[in-house]
Amino acid sequence: MKILKASNMKRCIGCYSCSLACARNIHKSFSWKRSGIRIHSSGGISTGYEATVCLACDPPPCAPVCPTEALKPRKGGGILLKKELCISCGECAKACPVDAIYFDPENNLPVFCIHCGRCVPFCPHDCLEMAEPSKEMSNV
Amino acid sequence: MYNKFRVLVVDMTKKKSKVEFFDTRKKWLGGSGLAAGLFEKYALFDRDPFHPDQPVIFAIGPLTGLFPMMSKTIMSFMSPYNSQYTESHGGGRSAMALRFAGYDALVITGRAERLTCLGFGSSEIHIQDVHYLKGMDIFKTGKILRNLKPKNPGHRSILRIGPAGENLVSYACVNIDTYRHFGRMGGGASLGAKNIKGIIISGDSTFDLPPEAVKEYGKTYKDIYKEVTETGAVRKYHNLGTPENLIPLNELKALPWRNLQSTHDPEIESISGEKFARDLLLRQVACAGCPVGCIHIGLLRERFGEEHEFLYRQVSYDYEPIFGVGSMLGVTSASEVLTLLEDVERLGLDAISAGVALAWATEALEKGIVSRQQTLADLKFGDVQSYRTALQNLADQTNEFYRYLGKGALAAAEKFGGEEFACVLGQEMAGYATGENYFVSQALGFRHSHLDTGAYSFDQEEQAKDIQESINYMQKQEYYRILMCSMAGCLFGRKAYPKENILRALNSLGYDYSGNDLDDTVKAIQAHRWAIKFRTGFKPDEVKIPKRFLEVETWKGKIDPDYLFRLKDEYQKVLKDIAGGHRFEEEEEKPEVES
Repeated sequence: MKILKASNMKRCIGCYSCSLACARNIHKSFSWKRSGIRIHSSGGISTGYEATVCLACDPPPCAPVCPTEALKPRKGGGILLKKELCISCGECAKACPVDAIYFDPENNLPVFCIHCGRCVPFCPHDCLEMAEPSKEMSNV
Repeated sequence: MYNKFRVLVVDMTKKKSKVEFFDTRKKWLGGSGLAAGLFEKYALFDRDPFHPDQPVIFAIGPLTGLFPMMSKTIMSFMSPYNSQYTESHGGGRSAMALRFAGYDALVITGRAERLTCLGFGSSEIHIQDVHYLKGMDIFKTGKILRNLKPKNPGHRSILRIGPAGENLVSYACVNIDTYRHFGRMGGGASLGAKNIKGIIISGDSTFDLPPEAVKEYGKTYKDIYKEVTETGAVRKYHNLGTPENLIPLNELKALPWRNLQSTHDPEIESISGEKFARDLLLRQVACAGCPVGCIHIGLLRERFGEEHEFLYRQVSYDYEPIFGVGSMLGVTSASEVLTLLEDVERLGLDAISAGVALAWATEALEKGIVSRQQTLADLKFGDVQSYRTALQNLADQTNEFYRYLGKGALAAAEKFGGEEFACVLGQEMAGYATGENYFVSQALGFRHSHLDTGAYSFDQEEQAKDIQESINYMQKQEYYRILMCSMAGCLFGRKAYPKENILRALNSLGYDYSGNDLDDTVKAIQAHRWAIKFRTGFKPDEVKIPKRFLEVETWKGKIDPDYLFRLKDEYQKVLKDIAGGHRFEEEEEKPEVES
């Protein structure tokens, strides 16, 4: 199962079209934060842009910390949320090693990438792609 | 559906803010229209631009952030350059940040006691003492402001002024997020007069889309996005960017060189868009919400030691700045142009006005009208070091000469002599010596900008000597540009946003304007803006067109002064008529102000 990868962020021009697309199409929102992919510069625009996005860990460290099992591992990496089970504790956001879960203070829900790829066509510079996840080398 | 405008009004004297609502959405549209409405409400028409209570306004539009290229903020204020109402438009992240801070506009009144940074987001306002930033340049200031409140990296915009703004140079700019500006007409001095060193706008809130609009809005967005990213008319701004015009204008004999002593030079290749792209372009970046990425950043490598010791700087470049400190100053090396642009940026000056003012100073020194003791540098066309010295003196306002030069080339010429070669048309000229129509359009333009009517294009048309055609062209262009700037979109998006697309975008969000509604509204805004400009002292009959412009020779031959002045006379009448169509609200409805 493919996942979203921000593979070419060196090409990013900082237009935020990806964040806006995710907010618009997935979250029915107008936002540059309520989005599974969030863009920011690292200490000013002269240093270029970075994308904060779920890396599709398999298994994901954010799922087991969910006390109500609202967050479940997604097949192929990453997570899925059952909104009605979520009690808005925010533990998942704290558990993510790369801060890819944005805990939305307005609706008290975690916001993260679901690897649907709907942001990809809105990137004008092909920074994003849907690709097979990298395999971790196992020490046998 | 016409929701109220939500405006943050900050009084820097009292350190107090309030949120005001204006139920004028249909009438003011947003952007330019909103800015004019707010200016009328808050301005002191009979006071000077630096009066503490004079407002500085930042306004966005109904489409800001909601559609591609709707990425501009309209700054409006009484210009320190000419004491008249004006606008300056800037991008970066400013528009999107203001949108997500939850405001349609920011109005700043009053004067802070000490140098201050105003920071705000959707649920916070901070008035922060930054006396320690006094005299600090744009880059260092930006780095320090990043540590101030609100903290929201990647989703905020940082505006700031440099020494030029603090020292009230009439064409000091406001820097936005390092590479963009409210460039012209002295907005930097307006903030300087308020003791505002920086403004941090945090875009930290989110809006739910109305469920009934989600589908149509999403579809409209997709269609317009496609048009923006797939049609060459817009994409060209990404490729070479605006500097692609240097060679064609030089070929047309329409590029001002060495204080407009000529309009063509064989050295053009060395400062062309192609040269910059090939040798110096590092990368392009974008304003937030714009997939084009027209901001071209060049690499300036600087050796600072005997051994192989280098530092590097990243300097943004565009057509106008290259004209301003390049061709206009006879600088024919791309790296040297970047060197001067870096200085201009660091000091917080408007690149066009600074370049054109120094071009006048160079010729004035050459002709013995001013002396070396006054200019403090041996200004010579092409001599970068002398211009570096002069720029520093200009920003620091070192002596009487630079104090006058800081008011503009024409103000300096009126004091010292040499008016006939001051390249000023309402303000220092933009880089188009295309002919009579352009000269008149800048001289009489609402913000004395090449972007008011784009008449440089009309100069290239067959009917370029037909007064009525010219006026029709300028009026048609002004109408469209007011519409676009009320949305508030980038004018590079003209091809992607014909009126029908703007209407479609508005309708998809539930604003049920008809085409006729929009026409009437824009015409009313046009009248309003002109009426305010006249009320703040605009006297078109007194706007000078110095002799140098009449000596220009383009591909069409010599300028025709008779046509030029007849056009000016006729256009003046048109503008007076337009302004006469607006009626101001009753005086008693205006807020009370101390005298």
